[in-house]
Amino acid sequence: MSEVTVADVVKNGLWTNNPALVQLLGLCPLLAVTGSVVNALGLGIATMAVLIGSNTIVSLIRRHVSDAVRLPAFVVIIAAFVTCAELLMKAFTYELYQILGIFIPLIVTNCAILGRAEAFASKNKVGLAALDGLMMGLGFLAVLVALGGIRELLGQGTLFADMHLLFGASASTWVLRPFGENYSFLIAILPPGAFLVTGFLIAIKNSIDAAAKRRGDAQKSAPVKGAKRIRTTGHIS
Amino acid sequence: MAFKQITSPHAHAAQNTSRVMQLVIWATVPGLIALSINFGWGSLINVILAVVTALACEATIIKLRKRPVAFYLGDYSAALTAVLLGLALPPLAPWWVVVIGSMFSIVIAKHLYGGLGYNPFNPAMVGYVVLLISFPIPMTIWVTPLALLPEGVSHPGLAESLSIVFSGYSPADGVTGATPLDLFKHSSGLVVEQIYQNNPLFSQGMFAGVGWEWVNLGFLVGGIGLIAARIFTWHGPVAMLGAMTLMSLIFWDGGSSNSPGSPLMHLFSGATMMGAFFILTDPVSSAVSNRGRLIYGALIGVLVYLIRAWGNYPDAVAFAILLANFAAPFIDNYTLPRTYGHTDRRRATEKEED
Repeated sequence: MSEVTVADVVKNGLWTNNPALVQLLGLCPLLAVTGSVVNALGLGIATMAVLIGSNTIVSLIRRHVSDAVRLPAFVVIIAAFVTCAELLMKAFTYELYQILGIFIPLIVTNCAILGRAEAFASKNKVGLAALDGLMMGLGFLAVLVALGGIRELLGQGTLFADMHLLFGASASTWVLRPFGENYSFLIAILPPGAFLVTGFLIAIKNSIDAAAKRRGDAQKSAPVKGAKRIRTTGHIS
Repeated sequence: MAFKQITSPHAHAAQNTSRVMQLVIWATVPGLIALSINFGWGSLINVILAVVTALACEATIIKLRKRPVAFYLGDYSAALTAVLLGLALPPLAPWWVVVIGSMFSIVIAKHLYGGLGYNPFNPAMVGYVVLLISFPIPMTIWVTPLALLPEGVSHPGLAESLSIVFSGYSPADGVTGATPLDLFKHSSGLVVEQIYQNNPLFSQGMFAGVGWEWVNLGFLVGGIGLIAARIFTWHGPVAMLGAMTLMSLIFWDGGSSNSPGSPLMHLFSGATMMGAFFILTDPVSSAVSNRGRLIYGALIGVLVYLIRAWGNYPDAVAFAILLANFAAPFIDNYTLPRTYGHTDRRRATEKEED
């Protein structure tokens, strides 16, 4: 795995292998708490912090833990970081902690985190592993916030409501109401809305990828007329 | 065309999608007339609004999908979906309710799954449920049947109905009221006898609530006409109505305050007949074989009764049908008919022996 570069890690986490849109991991919190931007941001930041921490530690101990016990060890490390995140949220953003409720402790079971520990951190150097945690976390956070924003806007007609839960009293004026006071479209806030909006986000990502691929194909030079195909065996690059 | 009718080799005239859809649309006319007589202009306005929206959405999506627009609009499937949705919605619902429901039915429930023949759920019912969940208030205001309006008051005329629908104000209190199923849901302390005496909705009706019995009879007539025209077989509707009758007989208990209502009330109230003949017979989202349709219909009947009697919503046809749509492929898997020349039935997952 020595050929993994920093650029690869960044691109994988944010786009090509995005935990929420491509790996479809951690769907439970993704669908459950993204009713508003502030919930999504709260959970996304907590998840990102846990992911960076667990990736770093797992990478540090990767040569000292035997294969047989590696999964329990990873889970204990993740659980420790989740407990830290939980206590921090309790201390500094208590109301948000109460709103998110069970989904903070449930970060332990977010398979994106265990997945990164197993697939990346346990095979790479500390710096790369931490960067991978940051990028995967950012990718997850971005999707959470996008979902939260779309669902909040569609469902209750607000954007950035209740931001004071995360950013202090001055943020309570950030709320936007583009559709007026009495707007509501409940299904976007309810679980079906989460599935629908996630589906649309995945479709948008796939169509962007497809368009990029088409452009790339078009730029490739056309095969020269009369050129012979050369048969190669045993080497596929 | 993705939607083929399964015919025997000796069938003499081919059905085509367009003709089937048009016949079904015509068969809703008795129900629509009954709705219009009893509840005013609202249903007709709903239907027209829904059809216009649905055709516009269908044309746009087909254009986006680079398919021939005229060909697909000519199959009347979008129009049928919209007609059924319009009939199911409460009369005098605000225009945006109808438009959002119709758009949702066509764009999300039908075309995102691949268009006609590929939708696992009945599009009209998806639209209805989305509306019911999203806008509980406008979706639960029903107009009072004509026979129960106070002396000298009538339903709003066409012009006034249009202004109610497009201004978004809910109709005046005098012309709206509870449905029979609402009454049963909210009168838990009364024995059935008292509910019938206290509410003119029942005391002036024949057997299942003023107005509602006529609407259901209208859909029943249309449905029987469709069976006679061999658009669908009797299995699904009969199984559903039979299961509902059985359930309501078992739990009728002679009319105590716990009774969820008599079999007649359940058969001729709410959306029972419309569901039985026009929704569950949708060939795309229902089970395929006759045996499968018996199971599918019975499942819907039982679910409708369970949700009506012990659920949170007064009527449940839409929910029951969506739940049964989920189950339809599973039912199909276990009810594959015996192929001619084979001795036993196969399951759909079994491989052919070679």
